[in-house]
Amino acid sequence: MSTARERILNAVRANQPASTPLPEIIIPASEIDLSTKFTETLNNIGGKVIAVNNYADILNYLEEATATRLLNISSIPELQQLRTLDHIPRMPHSLQDTELAIIKAKFGVAENGAVWITEDLLDQRVLPFICQHLMVVLDASSIVANMHQAYEKIGMESYGYGAFIAGPSKTADIEQSLVLGAHGSRSMTIFLINA
Amino acid sequence: MHTIDHAELADVFNKDEARVDWHDETLWWIRQKRDKAVNQLPEWELLRETASKIKENVLSNLAGYLEEFEGNAQKNGIIVHWAADAKEHNQIVLNLLKGKGINKMVKSKSMLTEECHLNEHLEHNGIEVIDSDLGERIVQLAKEPPSHIVLPCIHKKKEEIGDLFHEYLGTPAGNADPQFLTETARQHLREVFLTRRAALTGVNFAVAETGEFVVCTNEGNADMGAHLSEIHIASMGMEKLIPKRENLGVFLRLLTRSATGQPITTYSSHFSKPRSGTEIHVIIVDNGRSQQLGRPDFRNSLKCIRCGSCMNTCPVYRRSGGHSYHNAIAGPIGAILAPNLDMEKYADLPFASTLCGSCSNVCPVKIDIHQQLYKWRQVIVQKGYAATGKKAAMKMMSLTLASPTAYHLGGKAGRFVMKYAPIAVNNKLNPWYKQRDMPEPPKESFGEWYTKNRKA
Amino acid sequence: MNVGLFIPCYVDQFYPNAAIATLQLLEKLGVTVTYPKNQTCCGQPMANSGFEHLTGGCNELFIKNFSGFDYIVAPSGSCVLHIKEHLHSRQHEDEAADISSKIYELSAFLTDVLKVESLPSKFPFRVGVHQSCHGQRGLHLSQMSELVAAPFSKPGSLLQMVKGIEIVPLNRIDECCGFGGTFCVAEEAVSAKMGKDRIEDHLEHGAEYITGVDMSCLMHMEGLLNRRGSKVKVLHLAEILNAD
Repeated sequence: MSTARERILNAVRANQPASTPLPEIIIPASEIDLSTKFTETLNNIGGKVIAVNNYADILNYLEEATATRLLNISSIPELQQLRTLDHIPRMPHSLQDTELAIIKAKFGVAENGAVWITEDLLDQRVLPFICQHLMVVLDASSIVANMHQAYEKIGMESYGYGAFIAGPSKTADIEQSLVLGAHGSRSMTIFLINA
Repeated sequence: MHTIDHAELADVFNKDEARVDWHDETLWWIRQKRDKAVNQLPEWELLRETASKIKENVLSNLAGYLEEFEGNAQKNGIIVHWAADAKEHNQIVLNLLKGKGINKMVKSKSMLTEECHLNEHLEHNGIEVIDSDLGERIVQLAKEPPSHIVLPCIHKKKEEIGDLFHEYLGTPAGNADPQFLTETARQHLREVFLTRRAALTGVNFAVAETGEFVVCTNEGNADMGAHLSEIHIASMGMEKLIPKRENLGVFLRLLTRSATGQPITTYSSHFSKPRSGTEIHVIIVDNGRSQQLGRPDFRNSLKCIRCGSCMNTCPVYRRSGGHSYHNAIAGPIGAILAPNLDMEKYADLPFASTLCGSCSNVCPVKIDIHQQLYKWRQVIVQKGYAATGKKAAMKMMSLTLASPTAYHLGGKAGRFVMKYAPIAVNNKLNPWYKQRDMPEPPKESFGEWYTKNRKA
Repeated sequence: MNVGLFIPCYVDQFYPNAAIATLQLLEKLGVTVTYPKNQTCCGQPMANSGFEHLTGGCNELFIKNFSGFDYIVAPSGSCVLHIKEHLHSRQHEDEAADISSKIYELSAFLTDVLKVESLPSKFPFRVGVHQSCHGQRGLHLSQMSELVAAPFSKPGSLLQMVKGIEIVPLNRIDECCGFGGTFCVAEEAVSAKMGKDRIEDHLEHGAEYITGVDMSCLMHMEGLLNRRGSKVKVLHLAEILNAD
């Protein structure tokens, strides 16, 4: 007897119509100020942007805000002094008490307030989800206008896991009332470095 | 045998008019959020057109893309399975869990598993499944199916949800605060995420050229499940493929703006390789899709990216509720997908529409939904699934309309419209008359007036 | 210019005034109008019920009645859309295609063919405009709220030419009224609710009249208005454009 795979592929081959071409994506981007648009959009979806000039500004900001928090700082050499974990956890579950995680993003997208992260920036994939609060360091110069430019930038980069993250975890499943902090982080703060 | 019928279920739903108003307003509000979001993009119509063309290319080369995806996914270390139907899909999931001695699984939203009735199958075989999307968890506790593909419990009032949480999660009686209830669910489900060895997610998009797949959520539940489990099973309808990674740019711009009016979901997660020591399994499911692909009039329904915008805009869906469609997928898109699976059982659905066309206009991949509703009506009648009385009436109508003599015969009361128009019979048995008066019959028809006034 | 007048069956029987207004308006604008007296119906009631295969005889009759005109005009978006999309014939397909390309809904004929820029009409009342779906989304008589595109309205531009008229705003500018042909009885509960919600919108904004390009939608709303004893009346667009 033939396998399910063969049966399915044969049925598809028998039934698919004559080939049509894959269209080119020619979609113009609007002329906008990228940092302004990014900040506006993120604010609208429940995130927060803090404009800074350098890592020293970030350290100053964090000194007060995070004194008692469990911190996980993934792959940001400039902020390692704040790290409370002395090792990279083997099991993702051990991150369950992470109050605050600070991660670096590869770039941001102005039209939707998303940042692109890949797993090489994280101790564990679950980190930006399991933490109670998420902070992200983003270079203002890395912001692109829209998702077409975003994928142009990603290109054929190889990653095991990558994600666009746009704001805090949210749900409106109960009578369309927006609640922040469904299963993932309750807040998302972006340190936007204007170098 | 009497089959379930949309009109009857809608009639029951309409017994509580205030609730119908609430349901209608809630969904209309989401339609308005969608309008606001899409009007910020001057390129919106071009995006829809591009997406539609990309999906056309996918459907016309589906076999090749499926093989390409499989090969690339395997190179990435993902294990690929094929399921011809719901039964095979459910068995694959069960075998994977049994093979690892797992009897508890956490699941994020997957309409495909609703279509396959996976939960029932697993529970029947001793596996506990917990839905982790808040809306899905709520309907799971209520022992109901989702009533909307994006907003599973949109039919439920917060007080009813409060009661469910009181009964099952021990919240104080009478507390219906969405903030409080969501926090309760967060605590309850966090415990679930941390203790489940298996997680199942759906697939929003699978990329042939890279072998990766993308899952979109606002809550982060797919990621919590997948990143904390040792086995991640992703169930994927085979039409979820797209050719290239760059195509994601088009679809991610369209999906959430259409669905909820957000510019993008909070999380758009790209799974390419398993974490070390864990497994990712993708199950490619046919379940009638290859058959639908062979129906030229209906194959475009496979372009659907499950945004739910056709439901939000549908004036009938808003006033009849998702459950009136008695199918995993409700609304206009459900009404053109379901007859492919069982024409007799879902013969009523293509008629649950005024053919107003709003669904086709909001569809981000430009499926001609209302045209397909019209075409399904023809197919269903031709295949013999129309009521006998209706057939006889239509036959008489066609003979009368083909003959001007018959049409004009018999004086005012015997004339065609008087015989056939639903408005003409003024009695309690006539559904028109239940809530509507009939028009005042005029002294003379236009034809009669014309003969008198415009004689050559 | 020789125009064939197509009057939908239910307009002929129940709303002759809409048909008379259509005829008089076209004549006023200098058009020679002929009303083929053997006409019956476009066949839509059968086709939308899934019985398009039984519309053959009806189609042949339509072709016989309406071949040879420069244009065919009807005071209905829905019936015109049906002819455009579904008029076919085994023996006379060329004639069928010719009719499909020459048939116009009244307001589109006035704006697109006659290019009417002014009307002598006067109608000093508050009027709500119902966008009938088949005219709007099928024939594109007006821009659709779902699309990202510049607004326009053919019936709207004509109503603007009427002296004294005040068009009332609506909360939902182009929601279906729920008539839907046999839907109005097959899905009575939803149909009636949709209609009630539509008229509520017009009433809330103080409309004295509700108008539109399709008498069928208006008939449905009129049935609901009369049942509740409302003084608000329905009038076909032609009756307002022809009013003086």
